[in-house]
Amino acid sequence: MDLSFGSEYEDFRNEVRQFVEANKDKQPGGGAGSSDGISWQKKLIEHGYAARTIPKEYGGFGAEPDIIKSRIIAEEFGRVQMNTGLGGQGISMLTPVLLEVGTEEQKQQFVRPTIHGEMVWCQGYSEPGAGSDLASLTTRAELDGDEWVINGQKIWTSTAHLADWIFCLVRTEPDAPKHQGISFLLFKMDTPGIEIRPLVDMTMNANFNEVFFTDVRVPKDQIVGKRGEGWQVANAILGYERGSLAPPDAAQSRLNGLIDLMQRETINGERLMDNPHYRERLMQIQGRVLAMRFNDMRLLSSRINKDQDAGISGMIVKLLGTELRHELEGLAIDIMGEIGLSFHGNPYTRGGGSWQYQYMYFLGLIIGGGTNQIQRNIISERGLGMPREPKAVVKAQ
Amino acid sequence: MEFGLSQDQTLLQDSVNRFLTEQVPLDRVRKVTAGDVADSEVWQGLADLGIPGLLIPEDHGGVGLGSLDAAIVAESLGYHVTPVPFLTSAIMAPVALLRSGSRDDLLGALASGETRIGAAFGEAIGRRADAGFTVTNGKIKGKSIFALDGDADHYLVATEDRSLYLVAADDSKIERTNLATVDRTRSTCQLVYSGADAELISDDPAVFTEVLDTAWVMQAADTLGAAQSMCDQSVVYAKQREQFNRVIASFQAVKHMCADMASTIEPCRSFVWYAGHALDHVPDEKRLMACQVKAHVQEVGKQVSKTATEVHGGMGFTDLVGLHYWFKRIGANRQFLGAPEMLREEAARIQGFLAA
Ligand SMILES: Cc1cc2nc3c(=O)[nH]c(=O)nc-3n(C[C@H](O)[C@H](O)[C@H](O)COP(=O)(O)OP(=O)(O)OC[C@H]3O[C@@H](n4cnc5c(N)ncnc54)[C@H](O)[C@@H]3O)c2cc1C
Repeated sequence: MDLSFGSEYEDFRNEVRQFVEANKDKQPGGGAGSSDGISWQKKLIEHGYAARTIPKEYGGFGAEPDIIKSRIIAEEFGRVQMNTGLGGQGISMLTPVLLEVGTEEQKQQFVRPTIHGEMVWCQGYSEPGAGSDLASLTTRAELDGDEWVINGQKIWTSTAHLADWIFCLVRTEPDAPKHQGISFLLFKMDTPGIEIRPLVDMTMNANFNEVFFTDVRVPKDQIVGKRGEGWQVANAILGYERGSLAPPDAAQSRLNGLIDLMQRETINGERLMDNPHYRERLMQIQGRVLAMRFNDMRLLSSRINKDQDAGISGMIVKLLGTELRHELEGLAIDIMGEIGLSFHGNPYTRGGGSWQYQYMYFLGLIIGGGTNQIQRNIISERGLGMPREPKAVVKAQ
Repeated sequence: MEFGLSQDQTLLQDSVNRFLTEQVPLDRVRKVTAGDVADSEVWQGLADLGIPGLLIPEDHGGVGLGSLDAAIVAESLGYHVTPVPFLTSAIMAPVALLRSGSRDDLLGALASGETRIGAAFGEAIGRRADAGFTVTNGKIKGKSIFALDGDADHYLVATEDRSLYLVAADDSKIERTNLATVDRTRSTCQLVYSGADAELISDDPAVFTEVLDTAWVMQAADTLGAAQSMCDQSVVYAKQREQFNRVIASFQAVKHMCADMASTIEPCRSFVWYAGHALDHVPDEKRLMACQVKAHVQEVGKQVSKTATEVHGGMGFTDLVGLHYWFKRIGANRQFLGAPEMLREEAARIQGFLAA
């Protein structure tokens, strides 16, 4: 057990810390002198605090991958809750895949604007009839000369209304087995034939959408991987997504906020922290947050020390982490009684309404990114070697 | 940076596991708990591997390892529901004697497994109505209940003001009666004192606290091992038991029960490692970690012990498979030396969350 990163990293930590100190009032939303998201992102990339390991030729900082340095950046930014730059599906999911399987032209064309926030993406996977069983998707793309012609519908497409481009799974080989007939296409959201209809979610925001395609024409070379290999490409991306849905650091920081709330808020003049029932529940949540934090340290360590076996500690983060956050946020609501219900401009709202918002949002994440039931299937099959469900009898059409 | 077990620690755990798998399978555990074989034989076997002296420095006849090493051994003992007085004689007594600097003449015999020191801590942690004692001028009068280890040569007795005394089991002014509990893999007893000699070991509450912190981490580790075993047994059983012409491991309800067990157990392992490490190396955090690790792992263990039993169907409920040994072991770890609710309250207190 050696929890230090070694003295050779101390200089690096100091450098990051100096940057954080010098810039914490200049981050987006930081009041006077604050920057917008795009110029902030640019600054982070220039210093190597975003897009760190993405090659310079594609607009990144071009550093050698060093897990410890990335960790130090996360810790130092996390310490003062500094804005860590832009996220979104293009940056967190598409970019890693393009770097892995994209052509040279695709990397040149897409990576730089994507990581600089100039090209915003949405993920077009789910369909009305293809959710958990994603491989049964039916949106078709047929080759007509030099163009794909796309017809069909996507649903739950987050940020489609804001996106410039979409990475989309479509069926190109209707006669092939379902996992081998899918291709991974990239196209612009202002292409004729695309209609976006917002879907209001339970937070009363329209974060996701229905997206309809009618004879949408897309250049033939805007495909990632080969024809019929879209499923493998997509799975590489889901791997990136799942790990990042419920980071333990964020849980720790929300827990700190909850502790603070319980020490400040009162009922009958008594601090909520002095109520033994609430305190007991808080301590239970803290135990779970700690367990996830150390699970994460083990994961980090197994990435640094390649011979270290991390068991199933990676596979479980989405399942446990999303459930934990949902409960953590829910505890904050419970202890506030009717105040906990406040929403949308109600003057009694605490924490800017974030407790209610996150409570619902994490229910969404329990479902999104592969539902937690699907996670349990994966854990039992790949983690514990239990057999798959026998194929169901296909229902009569 | 390396968060995990060293090569030496893996070797230690492997050698303990090998010994327990070969020498102390469930059949042997049954014999010991039925009283046909003494647990001292198993303890002697572990003594050959140095286990009783794990925490005792080499110059006192031990092997001088640390708390994390002890925790991974505790995990193995839980995994194999091994009937030995590890918690008391290899953990609580050595920590008490070493931290207080008293009676180091006993350390050698503890390390060799010849001497056993039990622990009567219940009254200091939370005294029940029909127990309690007083110590005046080195004489103890009254009663301890649920003292750990019914076969010890001495007992460490903790008072409400967190002092520790040592009494001899063969003192004519002590009457010892074994108390049956559901967990027969570790024994407990009642001690009735009528003016027996009580030797002061420590009047420093910090020593008492340190003994308990270490014990809690070991109980968590023991439960982690027991829960892991129950999960493993469930997966193995589910892959071989058939119903409706298929193995029950192919039923999603069963798979999800197993997935829930495995995924809640996995972070417990990292937590136990960290808490074991913190005992020796992170003084600011060790109390909080000790409280929270036992509290958390016990909640997971309780759920796992129920779920694993269900996965086994009627068989899980029988004595034939013996799954109940693990169920009860986890249950006992939960109740002895402070239950989760108490530990969480202590965790809140340490962090300054309670009203002044
Ligand atoms: C907040 C949010 C954002 C999203 N963003 C996007 C996005 O940007 N792009 C995109 O493409 N998709 C997105 N999705 C869609 C998401 O991936 C799907 O909702 C999810 O995969 C589940 O599919 P479904 O909604 O069709 O539910 P269904 O698959 O119909 O599932 C319904 C219930 O059945 C269960 N179930 C289904 N199959 C099984 C099985 N084999 N075993 C056990 N239980 C099963 C599920 O667990 C669930 O409880 C988003 C979803 C949410 C909630």
